[in-house]
Amino acid sequence: MQGSSGGAVSAEPRRRRPGRIRRIGLPYLLLLPALLLELLVHLVPMVIGIVMSFKELTQFYIRDWGTAPWTGLGNYKVSVDFDAPVGEALLHSFFVTVAFTLLSVGLCWLIGTAAAVYMQDTFTGRGLLRALFLVPYALPVYAAVITWVFMFQHDNGLVNHVLHDQLHLTDKPSFWLIGDNSFYALLTVSVWKGWPFAFLIVMAGLQNIPRELYEAAALDGAGMWQQLRRITLPSLRPVNQVLILVLFLWTFNDFNTPYVLFGKAAPEAADLISVHIYQASFVTWNFGTGSAMSVLLLLFLLLVTGGYLALTSRGRRTADV
Amino acid sequence: MRSIRAAAVGAVTMSLALAATACGGGSSTGGGSDDSPKTLTYWASNQGASIAVDKKVLQPELDKFEKQTGIKVKLEVVPWSDLLNRILTATTSGQGPDVLNIGNTWSASLQATGALLPWDAKNLAKIGGKDRFVDSALGSTGAEGKDPAAIPLYSMAYALYYNKQIFADAGISKPPATWDELIADGKKITAKGKSPLGAEGSNLAENIHHVFVFAKQHGADFFTADGKPDFTNDGVVTAVKQYVDLMAKDKVIPTGDAEYAQNQSVSDFAKGKQAMLLWQSAAANLKSQGMSESSYGIAPVPVQSGTPGTGAQVNSMVAGINLAVFKNSHNLDGATKFVKFMTGDAEQKILNTAYSSIPPVKAAQSDAAFNTPSNAVLKSTLATSAAALPQVADESQFETAVGTAVKDLFADVAAGRAITTDSVKAKLDKAQQQMPAK
Repeated sequence: MQGSSGGAVSAEPRRRRPGRIRRIGLPYLLLLPALLLELLVHLVPMVIGIVMSFKELTQFYIRDWGTAPWTGLGNYKVSVDFDAPVGEALLHSFFVTVAFTLLSVGLCWLIGTAAAVYMQDTFTGRGLLRALFLVPYALPVYAAVITWVFMFQHDNGLVNHVLHDQLHLTDKPSFWLIGDNSFYALLTVSVWKGWPFAFLIVMAGLQNIPRELYEAAALDGAGMWQQLRRITLPSLRPVNQVLILVLFLWTFNDFNTPYVLFGKAAPEAADLISVHIYQASFVTWNFGTGSAMSVLLLLFLLLVTGGYLALTSRGRRTADV
Repeated sequence: MRSIRAAAVGAVTMSLALAATACGGGSSTGGGSDDSPKTLTYWASNQGASIAVDKKVLQPELDKFEKQTGIKVKLEVVPWSDLLNRILTATTSGQGPDVLNIGNTWSASLQATGALLPWDAKNLAKIGGKDRFVDSALGSTGAEGKDPAAIPLYSMAYALYYNKQIFADAGISKPPATWDELIADGKKITAKGKSPLGAEGSNLAENIHHVFVFAKQHGADFFTADGKPDFTNDGVVTAVKQYVDLMAKDKVIPTGDAEYAQNQSVSDFAKGKQAMLLWQSAAANLKSQGMSESSYGIAPVPVQSGTPGTGAQVNSMVAGINLAVFKNSHNLDGATKFVKFMTGDAEQKILNTAYSSIPPVKAAQSDAAFNTPSNAVLKSTLATSAAALPQVADESQFETAVGTAVKDLFADVAAGRAITTDSVKAKLDKAQQQMPAK
């Protein structure tokens, strides 16, 4: 604005400035569309979510958010008041999610790594097996999980048919979709769905370890376990660092699996935090509390991710020395 | 130089355009208009056996409407599992359909959001006035003392469906009229290797409908007169326990039904595995699953003692679907016309016949088509012994909280845990504490 009116008549230093601004500004100007899109897609919803968490956004106000009264930290107070039912339920859900995530990530990593290591040697049918292993990862989540729902059914499910009717492992058919067993059902589906990714990533990591290392180790008399411990695992360290983090974040935030498996009201034993927050906001129509819980979840995940990265990268630096 | 300037101009223009579209996302909250008088969007609930069935039933009628008024109606049939969420999202964003079906029990909750067009005297006059509709149906259209938030479209009631063959095999001559009789009959049916009664233990809405009726039969309510949740009073606890005990103590509902939520109990009944079903207007559904109308009978839902009536003799909720107009509609006039069309005598007969429901419109209800024996049971239930669910703003939250409590109790039965008055009360207490603070 200013430049166009004053530029023509102004003194020397002024005339130079627009030129410099243009030179420095152009790259930023060209970045602007991308930046705005990024703002729109990521940051704006996040900020709106955070703003919502400070409002009393119940059914009486959702039609016009502007009129919803500010509650300050009210929603947060309700969420973290662990003596009252809402906070207590959130805490319970948090612990369930932590236990579930630790087990799921651990198992995914273990199975994925074991499979990748065994798949290192060439043998007939290796390609076929590799492809087969990736199927759960490639299937659409909804279709895959709904199939599990059928298999976990009490009366006609495949799981009870095998465990009870054929192997006689249980006295009577178990319930998998309600009650305490639902935790194991959820864990099973999660691991089934998640380990192929670990397998894929570790397999890629293994390709980068030079064969000579193993040959040298074998000449020195190292057995398979020693090779695994001294060569494979240390070489995979950077890969694992990222893999574990990604698996952790995905599993902790997983919404589709529990939602398709259990519907709107998850059993207490499998009450994962994402579904819990969904229920706190959508089902009880209190979007303010739901947002506050989401912000708390975001803070927790940021904290864990930051801590994890700081810890693992420091560990690596000292190891390198 | 010129190209750089061109690039810069392009970049700025594009960002401005982006910013403008971003701002244009939300619509004004000021209310509706008549900006697009030639089209309407209609969200129908899933009334038939499948969404395809609904489209087949509704499309010819919408074509008829287009012929009469020149307004094209875009139909979307929304499954029940998504409907409330979709309505909430539409309310929040202001981008929704013009006309929509709602479960009549949600009327007061949705009314509180202010998203639906209130049917004041002026609007009601456009569709022929309040007097065209049956009172019981009007009782489930919003909070008392406020203008209705929606107009009754289909009415339904619960009834006891029983398999004639299984009853004959077990030596039962007439359907049970009280719960004690039902339990006694259940023993005879179990002895013949069939399961007596079905339930949808993991379906929150079904749970609510049943415990609501049981509470009525114990003279209790889930809300106090001034609209506060009161889930732990003795009558409610007894009522919920009585319902869950049908599985836990009386063994007339098989434990497997604890995880049912997708109408599996209707299939079990249609396949002849199960002798009885408590369901609302199930005829069309059973027919589509291949069960012939002659193979089952319909009787009123049992009561504690005596015969169905008002007060403690209530034996059904007022079930049904209401038609509402979204306040943000861009074709308010057309939307009102569409409501008039759908609630007209002729359309009421066609639609309610297709869905085996009862027309909430008096003139249509008296038509001979709704005088079959099965409809007689439903009609008399609606007229004499059905009660509307609480018309309070928290109704939807109540359905979720108490529905989940009952689901958890069924899960406890399935896991072999004992159901006691205390355990029922504890679950209900937890449900009550989840309700919005007042």
